[in-house]
Amino acid sequence: MAQNTLYNKVWDAHRVAVLPTGQDQLLIGLHLVHEVTSPQAFDALRENNWTVAFPERTFATCDHIIPTHSAERPFEDPMAETMMAALEGNVREFGIPLYDLPSGKQGIVHIVGPERGLTQPGMTIACGDSHTSTHGAFGTLAFGIGTSQVRDVLATGCLAMDPLKVRKIEVTGKLAPGVTPKDVILHIINRLGVNGGLGYAYEYAGGVFDAMTMEGRMTVCNMSIEGGARIGYVNPDEETFRFLKGREFAPSGGAWDSAVSWWKTLASDKDAVYDDVAVFAGEEIKPMITWGINPGQSIAVDQSLPVPEDFPLEERASLEAAYNHMKWIPGQKAVELPVQTVFIGSCTNGRLSDLREAAGVVKGKKIHPGVRGIVVPGSQEVRKAAMEEGLHRIFEEAGFQWRLAGCSMCLAMNPDKLSGDEICASSSNRNFIGRQGSARGRTLLMSPAMAAAAALNGRVTDIRDLT
Amino acid sequence: MELTRIITVEGRGIPVRGDDIDTDRIIPARYLKEITFSRMGEYPFYDERFTPEGETKDHPFNDPRCQGASLLVANANFGCGSSREHAPQALMRWGIKAVIAESLAEIFAGNCTMIGVPAVTLSAPDIRRLQDLLGTRPETPMCLNLQARILTLGEVQFEIQIPESRRQALMEGTWDSTALLLSNLPMARKTAGALPYQNGFIS
Repeated sequence: MAQNTLYNKVWDAHRVAVLPTGQDQLLIGLHLVHEVTSPQAFDALRENNWTVAFPERTFATCDHIIPTHSAERPFEDPMAETMMAALEGNVREFGIPLYDLPSGKQGIVHIVGPERGLTQPGMTIACGDSHTSTHGAFGTLAFGIGTSQVRDVLATGCLAMDPLKVRKIEVTGKLAPGVTPKDVILHIINRLGVNGGLGYAYEYAGGVFDAMTMEGRMTVCNMSIEGGARIGYVNPDEETFRFLKGREFAPSGGAWDSAVSWWKTLASDKDAVYDDVAVFAGEEIKPMITWGINPGQSIAVDQSLPVPEDFPLEERASLEAAYNHMKWIPGQKAVELPVQTVFIGSCTNGRLSDLREAAGVVKGKKIHPGVRGIVVPGSQEVRKAAMEEGLHRIFEEAGFQWRLAGCSMCLAMNPDKLSGDEICASSSNRNFIGRQGSARGRTLLMSPAMAAAAALNGRVTDIRDLT
Repeated sequence: MELTRIITVEGRGIPVRGDDIDTDRIIPARYLKEITFSRMGEYPFYDERFTPEGETKDHPFNDPRCQGASLLVANANFGCGSSREHAPQALMRWGIKAVIAESLAEIFAGNCTMIGVPAVTLSAPDIRRLQDLLGTRPETPMCLNLQARILTLGEVQFEIQIPESRRQALMEGTWDSTALLLSNLPMARKTAGALPYQNGFIS
């Protein structure tokens, strides 16, 4: 059992009671709501005459179904319009603030929370979305929940939860040039497996994380769930405080100093006890791409695809299932894989630094004529900041489409989709079969820089060869 | 509020083979645009069961011998990925009353429990044996007994694993947790009041 970790401190501070089942009743300090996983939960509140227990700790935005080519209402898709109208009605009825399209503060829920300063160290954060782990970058316990749990958090501010084990994942040293936080998390998932995190919260630590920006930490924590860990976090430090200072909901004046003092007490103690520890050398991490149908099926960009016959019998079925869908030739070099669509965006890599990174690669160049490229800022605020820097012009001059904020092609609940067996280099988080809206579509996950490089060449490209 | 205690689940089994079957495969995202769960039973494994042209593909959920089955038998890391409760809702509304797997993604297993669908695990060899037996004799009656922690397929017995708290919640009928949590709301407010970020960081 872990002791004196941030996980222990935050969990204990939010434990309301031990339930008769043996589970903990855990108070949720921030509840983020979006349009897709909440309508049935609000219906349940109405059916039972329940109110929202902590409306001041509840915030909503809209992201999954939002078209990114036009903000015009009603939306062209009547189901999206109905869903949006349901959210608008629900937040009005239950008194919850909504960052909607006209607000200028709309965006992907996991980008909006940190941007507004809602996400703060020491909180428990829940949202009906598995990538809620993103907020762990601030030293929170943040995790995805289903709709029945959304109902519970709305009605009671609490969840019935089983405690987790804690695995410290230490990445030592420094990253080599061209290696990004996305590569770090793809490397970790590759080594620990897509189900390696079942039952665990991941604590990311070590020199690489100490030196990583908040936006980079968010990218890593975001994909904890792809490694099976519902929660991933980084201990708060000066970088965390610097990011938060001055944001809309961040404490100010005297409250800022007391907040920082409290936040500093939350980090895992030097003598903290972990259930498990994994150590990786930062220098050994290379730019990564996924080649298969789950985020663990990845290789460094300078390697070749695995040959199933080289693997033990019990591992072959998964590899063969991946080849069956992806249609690659075993042993093919990663840099030989063609790319037809490039998507830069998502809660994993749709922040300003991601757009800067991609723009830096394509500046003054043209994307391959056979490539459809779209850039989707993660929020209206990211979009505005990017445009103030002129990033949209760099992308448009290179041949990319510059879109409005939303989840877009990460999960294709909106008009942005793959068609047929199209191959997409994507800065998103999931390469699952059908994920990007076509049952035969093929997704290669990579960093924004590598996706931008793939757009230039129409095939997977080692970013280190471009610079 | 009436409690539904779930002690045993009886019925026939349906094997769905493959590791890491994610919730996008269990229910494609386009069906999440519906604002109720009422039609989810039409969609489980949709893109694995039907071609884009609407033709039927080879899948256990299309197999006439598996129609009416209630116990889903899956492999490792079943239900990984998206937290969409639509996935267990789709399975439940199709007729699945229990999920048995080598391992289960956590959010998925929690979502199953929240809607009264026991999600339990067996060892990898036991799962393979169960799937093989079901492949040849899908009509064999199965029974999951949470009290005894036993799964039977005809005469064959398997010992199941399930977190004790989930077993208790299902057997005591408190898997629908809202009422239980609500009864502690005054305590929750007290806990909130003691948290620095909920009282303006006044020390």
